[in-house]
Amino acid sequence: MAILRNKHRRFSAARYVGLAGIVVLAACLGYGQTTNSCLDCHSALPDLLGVSQEKFSQDIHAQKGLTCASCHGGDPTSDDPDKAMSRKAGWKGKIDRKQIPQLCGSCHSDPTYIRQFNPSLRTDQLDQYHTSVHGKRLAAGDTKVAVCTDCHSVHDLRAPSDPRSTVNPVNVANTCSRCHSDADYMKGYSIPTDQFAKYSTSVHHEALAVRGDLSAPTCTTCHGNHGAAPPGVDKVQNVCSNCHAFQAQMYEKSSHKKAFESASLPGCVVCHSNHGISHPTDAKLGTGPDAVCMQCHSPGDACDQARAGFQSGLSRLDEAIKSADQVLGVAESSGMEVSEARLGQDQARDSLTKARVTIHSFRKDLVDQDIQAGLKITAKNLEAGKKAMVERNHRRVGLGMSLIAIGIVLAGLWLYIKKTES
Amino acid sequence: MSPLRNVRGWLDERLGWEGLIAPLRKKTVPLHGLSYWYFLGGITLFLFVIQVLTGILLLLYYRPGANEAFESVQYIMTQVQFGWLIRSIHSWSANLMIFTAFAHMFSVLFLKAYRKPRELTWVSGVILLFLVMGFGFSGYLLPWNTLAFFATKVGTEITGQVPVIGKPLMIFLRGGEDVTAATLSRFFGFHVAVLPGLTTLLILLHVLLVQRLGISIPPKLEVQWTANPSEKREMKFFPNFLLRELMAWYVALGVLGALAALFPWNLGVKADPFVSAPAGIKPEWYFLFMFQTLKLIPPKVWFIDGEVLGVLVFGLVGLLWLLLPFFESDHPSRTKRWITGVAVFALAYVAGMSVYGYLAK
Amino acid sequence: MATSDQGMTNPSDGQSAPVPRRRFVEVLLGGGFLATAAAFVYPVLRYLVPPKLSDMGSDSVVAGRVGELKPNSGKIFRFGNRPGLLIRTASGEYRAMSATCTHLSCTVQYRDDLRQVWCACHNGKYDLNGRNISGPPPRPLEGFEVQVRGDEIFVRRRREA
Repeated sequence: MAILRNKHRRFSAARYVGLAGIVVLAACLGYGQTTNSCLDCHSALPDLLGVSQEKFSQDIHAQKGLTCASCHGGDPTSDDPDKAMSRKAGWKGKIDRKQIPQLCGSCHSDPTYIRQFNPSLRTDQLDQYHTSVHGKRLAAGDTKVAVCTDCHSVHDLRAPSDPRSTVNPVNVANTCSRCHSDADYMKGYSIPTDQFAKYSTSVHHEALAVRGDLSAPTCTTCHGNHGAAPPGVDKVQNVCSNCHAFQAQMYEKSSHKKAFESASLPGCVVCHSNHGISHPTDAKLGTGPDAVCMQCHSPGDACDQARAGFQSGLSRLDEAIKSADQVLGVAESSGMEVSEARLGQDQARDSLTKARVTIHSFRKDLVDQDIQAGLKITAKNLEAGKKAMVERNHRRVGLGMSLIAIGIVLAGLWLYIKKTES
Repeated sequence: MSPLRNVRGWLDERLGWEGLIAPLRKKTVPLHGLSYWYFLGGITLFLFVIQVLTGILLLLYYRPGANEAFESVQYIMTQVQFGWLIRSIHSWSANLMIFTAFAHMFSVLFLKAYRKPRELTWVSGVILLFLVMGFGFSGYLLPWNTLAFFATKVGTEITGQVPVIGKPLMIFLRGGEDVTAATLSRFFGFHVAVLPGLTTLLILLHVLLVQRLGISIPPKLEVQWTANPSEKREMKFFPNFLLRELMAWYVALGVLGALAALFPWNLGVKADPFVSAPAGIKPEWYFLFMFQTLKLIPPKVWFIDGEVLGVLVFGLVGLLWLLLPFFESDHPSRTKRWITGVAVFALAYVAGMSVYGYLAK
Repeated sequence: MATSDQGMTNPSDGQSAPVPRRRFVEVLLGGGFLATAAAFVYPVLRYLVPPKLSDMGSDSVVAGRVGELKPNSGKIFRFGNRPGLLIRTASGEYRAMSATCTHLSCTVQYRDDLRQVWCACHNGKYDLNGRNISGPPPRPLEGFEVQVRGDEIFVRRRREA
């Protein structure tokens, strides 16, 4: 190789590509550095070896003043490829996959170093990675697993807050799915590949992608990012409770917790599933296809009765709210002022939402309390709506009286005309 | 009765009251099968008076301004006693007035009442119609709701299509490049000051002309009546016709009250300039025939932009319409039939396009 | 219509006695005019009376009175057609913010034990500046400006600079 390079001082791109199998990838451009000879060749090279100035300038590392040599070593001040890419100058060439976490960690696990750039950036990623399924398998020699660059990309690595970043909350699921949804790639691992498809139908995905709620969970929220691993069957509720605190509190005290634990059932997931969590409806408490209770309980037992009680309570409040809404809607469309009652309807809806949360206590008295509160508010609003309708009828009476008066005038005028003209 | 007579006597001594209303006493209305159409002008005038009165009442609580307009109308509708009635009457009366103005125009057209010497009455009437439509256009924006906001956006955009003067005209109307609070201020000014002033003046002129020239008799009848004066039948304007007109006004009042009480005018949703326009946005019904026509013109006709062409054609048609009496012969027996044809076509076109525009998605 | 029928039944009387018929028409007409005039004037007079609830304009509202709130307590007030939350902090300061939870639009409340704003629906918590600090809420609550003028506490939407 040394001989080869000695003979050909000036490289043609084509020639270089020919060597691609042997000569390793070398990142190219520098940013904020006057002489960065990497650029001269690598910006002209095709993919795999090609890195354009434009691409690399997007990289957070380039923006912070790092250069090709920061990772790949070598001497970018030299125009001579031999010198620039000499092992003596510390040139590392293509970084072996197995070395990547270590290389990134050499800076990112060093708090003193990182503090110069972003004092609040964590430095435990590498440690966490070692605990992850990815990290453990890599250590065991499996190079198919994800390393830093697989998720964060390379040479155009952006801060996670950048919406174009592969690890921005909006893009995380896609990034994970690149491997985890590829059935061929995942062959040999005994895990399913439908998580992404299921997640895409979930309420969480909708919150994140459709409603733009960046705090909604994506893969890493439950599985962790650098320490990615399944949360474990008996710890599911701990994960969910990060956001669904109320439900978790109630579930903790409920009879189900013990039952599920002793049967090694995965808490919340038993009723709500995991990746494909859909928006829960009251039908979950029913006996139809969406129903969950009757998967374990048998018809007619005390739990079945409780279930029926919950469901009918919720639907009673739901229907009361709807019928009050309807009356208020009619009143409103006839021009009546019912905004106070409309505001009250929001409170009634609050009660319904609360009652649905309280279901997780599986206690009739608590659920009933919320439902009764809601029914009381709804009754008040319905009353206001009916009052408005009475007022509307008063208007019609007023109109009727005015029309009668107008009719009298018309009759009078008509008679008067007849009289004067006869 | 006698105190009333005293007041009349008192006024007569000071104002020459009898002299003032003498022409009214002499005024007659021709009596024939189509005499009913003579009521339309009076009804339009009555509705205009209703507009002025309810408009003044609305001014007591309305505040222009992007942050206040919607809320103040909401306040009128919900907090002010009978505010819903006043606003609903204002809105309904506006629509009825535009309808009766159109009907009045077409009745004049079919009864050939625009011929010499009444050209100026026609011209002032057509200008009044344009002003009334201006009232509708400017008033529609004032509640500052979503529909009005986007209708105004589209409407002023169309103005901008006129070559050369379009763009400056649009900026003049909008008070800037876009429909903003500045547009609202302007439209408010047009609606409550500029247009009422102009309209009142023109109405005075219009009525004065009617008064000076007397009420037109359809040409065929005029020929008959001049040939055989014994056939001529008339009704005294005062009090006979006026009493009938009063009945028409009372009927109009009843209709207005019923519409306002049974179908209060909707307020809609507050305008938000930053949301995208709702689908299927349409102007008020009286602009619908123009709107639909513009939509039907292909984007490129020959080498001219379709919208520009449409706007130009409408401008030209409007101008010709204004000058219509000058194409008519002044001799009663030689009325031009093609004008009646044009009138039938115009009526069918406006009605048809409006219905089509209403039904079209 | 019924009235005009009544009028129609009279002609027989009218023919025999013209004076009563004439009186009848006059009374009918005069009464009708008076009745319609009343029907028009009454709503207008009522319209002219300023409503009790004075119009503050869209972006400010009286949220409460001084002395109404103890320190470390809060109350819901109506801001347009949405609820607002007025808080008096433990140190006596007034704060106001939207009371509509940014998660699922429940109405939030002030919890004196937590000294936080709390949503009962899903246990969402906000700090006293309206920032979402725990639970599902994705965004902070919109903060309002508070001004105390005399006896009244005014709350105003923040104006964009």
